[in-house]
Amino acid sequence: MRRRIFLASALLAASFSAAHAQPHPIEVQDPWARATLGQSRTGAAYLTLSATGPAADRLVAASSPVAAKTELHNHIMVGNVAQMRPVDAIEIAPGSPTLLQPGGLHIMLIDLKAPLQAGTSFPVTLTFEKAGAVTVQVAVRANRPAAPVGHGHTH
Amino acid sequence: MPMPASRLLKTVRLLAVGSILGLGAAWAVHLWVPGDIGTQVTTASIGGPFELVDQNGRTRTQADLKGKFALIYFGFTYCPDACPTALVAMAEALDQIGPLAARVQPVFVTVDPERDTVEHMAAYVAAVDERLWGLTGSAAQVAQAAKAYRVFYRKATPQGGGEYLVDHTSLVYLMGPDGAYRAHFTHETTPERMAESLRKNIGG
Repeated sequence: MRRRIFLASALLAASFSAAHAQPHPIEVQDPWARATLGQSRTGAAYLTLSATGPAADRLVAASSPVAAKTELHNHIMVGNVAQMRPVDAIEIAPGSPTLLQPGGLHIMLIDLKAPLQAGTSFPVTLTFEKAGAVTVQVAVRANRPAAPVGHGHTH
Repeated sequence: MPMPASRLLKTVRLLAVGSILGLGAAWAVHLWVPGDIGTQVTTASIGGPFELVDQNGRTRTQADLKGKFALIYFGFTYCPDACPTALVAMAEALDQIGPLAARVQPVFVTVDPERDTVEHMAAYVAAVDERLWGLTGSAAQVAQAAKAYRVFYRKATPQGGGEYLVDHTSLVYLMGPDGAYRAHFTHETTPERMAESLRKNIGG
């Protein structure tokens, strides 16, 4: 019995150290979101995904406690018409970072429970097909960092 | 190797037909989206009469824009990506042109009057830029304004929680003090480029 426990804990320790020895196969950089404008109850989160190893992967889902529903979206332009559509997955190829950025791929936050306020952050859990789930903190940025509302700069 | 005469003729004919078709296509595109960024186009009939309500409940028509340049964008407040990008770029471009900004009226017209009430527009405008007019109205009034500016919009697939998105033409129009089209930008145009075009158009 004692021996079995020892074995189990040794295995557990081994698996932990293995997990720590290797970097996560997907690196998530600069996760951010716009501050909510007015009473809008939708938001978009952006980030950069890079495969650290030789294997490609796919982001298949995202979730966050701040929104009732979270979807992976792409922004496609048909002529000059902007269409936002859910996508099943976002591909991550080794050697070429996948950018989720304004006007393109993004994580759409639907039915926000509260407005996203600049200077705060919130967690988003990203689920990758191979690399599993990882939770990141998304920083909420002001829409206009140096907003001189009502008057322009003078040069 | 010399080409036989008949084959040469055929090639010339093909080229001619090709260029006519090409010109036709270019013309069609030209009619729909005139000019490049920053250029002046006289053939376009973008702009025209509208009657909407601003974020303070005040009626606004094209007459209120007379004598001023206007930056006009159609979108909706539930739009999480393209619309804030375009509107923030508009505001930043105005910040960059200094005192010239006083001659430009930024305008945001909703294509989602169902959800974008005057109250909604007021909260949104306050968060973007107080210079902005946030215009809404009845479905018919919005349709009329969109028609004047050749803006297409259509409700897209409903999202969770009863939300829906709206597909819409995502262009920022620069209109002259005479109400005529001057230039257009996309939501991906940088504030710097927009400011440059504004300076050129206002100064010239």
